[in-house]
Amino acid sequence: MAADFDINREMSKIEAPVISFEHVSKEYQKGIAAIEDINIRIYKGEFVFIVGSSGSGKSTLIRLMLKEILPSKGKVFVAGREIGRLRKYQVSKYRRSIGVVFQDFRLLKDRNVFDNVAFAQRVVEAPERLIKRQVPKMLSLVGLMDKRKSFPNELSGGQQQRVALARALVNNPVILLADEPTGNLDPKNSWEIMKLLEDINKRGTTVVVVTHNQEIVDSMQKRVITLRNGRVISDEEKGRYRYAKN
Amino acid sequence: MRKIRTLFYCIGQGIRSIWKNRVYSLASAGTITACLLLLGVFYFVIANFNYAVESAESLVGITVFFEEGTTEEQILETKEKIRMRAEVADVVYISAAEAWENYKAESLNEELSATFGSDNPLEDSASLEVSLSDVSMQKILVRHVESMEYVRKVNHSESIAESFDGIKTLLWIISISLIAILVAVAVFLIRTTISTGINVRREEISIMSIIGATDFFIRAPFVVEGAIIGILGSVLPIGILYLVYGEVIRTLKEQFDSVFTAMNFIDRTKIMQQFIPLALIFSLGIGIIASHITAKRQIRKIELQH
Ligand SMILES: Nc1ncnc2c1ncn2[C@@H]1O[C@H](COP(=O)(O)OP(=O)(O)O)[C@@H](O)[C@H]1O
Ligand SMILES: [Mg+2]
Repeated sequence: MAADFDINREMSKIEAPVISFEHVSKEYQKGIAAIEDINIRIYKGEFVFIVGSSGSGKSTLIRLMLKEILPSKGKVFVAGREIGRLRKYQVSKYRRSIGVVFQDFRLLKDRNVFDNVAFAQRVVEAPERLIKRQVPKMLSLVGLMDKRKSFPNELSGGQQQRVALARALVNNPVILLADEPTGNLDPKNSWEIMKLLEDINKRGTTVVVVTHNQEIVDSMQKRVITLRNGRVISDEEKGRYRYAKN
Repeated sequence: MRKIRTLFYCIGQGIRSIWKNRVYSLASAGTITACLLLLGVFYFVIANFNYAVESAESLVGITVFFEEGTTEEQILETKEKIRMRAEVADVVYISAAEAWENYKAESLNEELSATFGSDNPLEDSASLEVSLSDVSMQKILVRHVESMEYVRKVNHSESIAESFDGIKTLLWIISISLIAILVAVAVFLIRTTISTGINVRREEISIMSIIGATDFFIRAPFVVEGAIIGILGSVLPIGILYLVYGEVIRTLKEQFDSVFTAMNFIDRTKIMQQFIPLALIFSLGIGIIASHITAKRQIRKIELQH
């Protein structure tokens, strides 16, 4: 399927990519490649879906971008820097410019909504003044201002994921990574989260979403990268969800 | 400002963690308490031993007595010979009259000394008091002086110092082995406490790490926890030893003052001034080092999982 000629998108590619995988392989165990020879370039302001069947290596890509794990071969660049070469103290700084959400939300059960979001600022030692300003802003953005005193177990899955999203965004990340953010949600909540991600993208954040949700991928008309057995088998602008035939 | 807030945050988290984990925390603090009590008792005993030995050593030296009928001239001659020796610092001649005056002043009350009138019961007690520049040469010097002409007897107090040395070494060996065992137990308990705390909060730690908290920031609450356990463990023994030491030296003085006039103990304030820093360094050291090592290792594990 030939993509439209979108001059804005093409212009942005003249700049260096925000995220770039160059011949990246990862073997968790010697001889067994979770991903192999991955080459991906993601540009500033893009919204990218990564799809593929379970075990195809999607989460591995996310973890590589966070420098939770190191590539066995190849290099991952973010904003032109090879992140494999970042020192330990640089890694924590680096991660502050990246927001992440997961399928299982990963909220702190002993803290209310406000404190869960504020947590992301407290751990980076943001001034309390900024926290008081930023947290309500983020909670309004995800539509949960009235739930700020609630605890995670008092919220629906969709609401919990929105809290997680607010937490991911509170430090103004340049990149937002979402690993199956709608995996535990019903269709209505899934759509709400996706719409939020799209809004965030429209405000300029580069968004990478790993998902299994075919309906959403097909109707949102975004770039779609499909993995199978650890390799990129297609990468299309305004793509569709491909059935992964194993 | 920022550092202060972080400090408060870490202290808050540390206290929270101790409370959540209070059984282990108390056990750890209790072991440190036991360590410090033992350490304290041995320290106090040994410090007082040293004190006693030091005051005795300042008196140590040898005293040379002469045969009946030795003239003052002969004594002074001997004095010069002894003074020539390298290990001798000084030789003082004490005439029989001086000896008697000294004795009266030091050991007899006035009534008692009056009964002697002008008699000198220490007629033949003129002596030379030799102080040494090198105490280890004492034995050799004694043997040499004993073989000299006119010399009747040589007194020396070496045996006191030597038996003290033996007891001191024994005390050190016992206390160091006991303390080593207790330290091992304390370290083990602190490590268990911190590990348990980290495990309870593994979710929180992995989120912190992904959000971009520094290692220092993630680890700090646990090190603070270790430090607080250390401080908690040292409060009780410091208090107890402070109170008990005062009582003990008072009782000992009351009981034995009539027997030994020179029964001296280190002043309570002074010994506490030495012991409190020692106790705090010891307990904080154990708390901080054990928790730091554990936290570093456990957090690395969590970061590598999931
Ligand atoms: N920590 C790990 N140790 C060993 N193998 C792993 C580990 N994580 C993932 N894998 C393997 O790597 C492959 C890709 O996993 P993953 O990236 O999680 O896939 P996806 O997210 O697409 O389901 C799978 O075969 C998985 O079993
Ligand atoms: Mg996955």
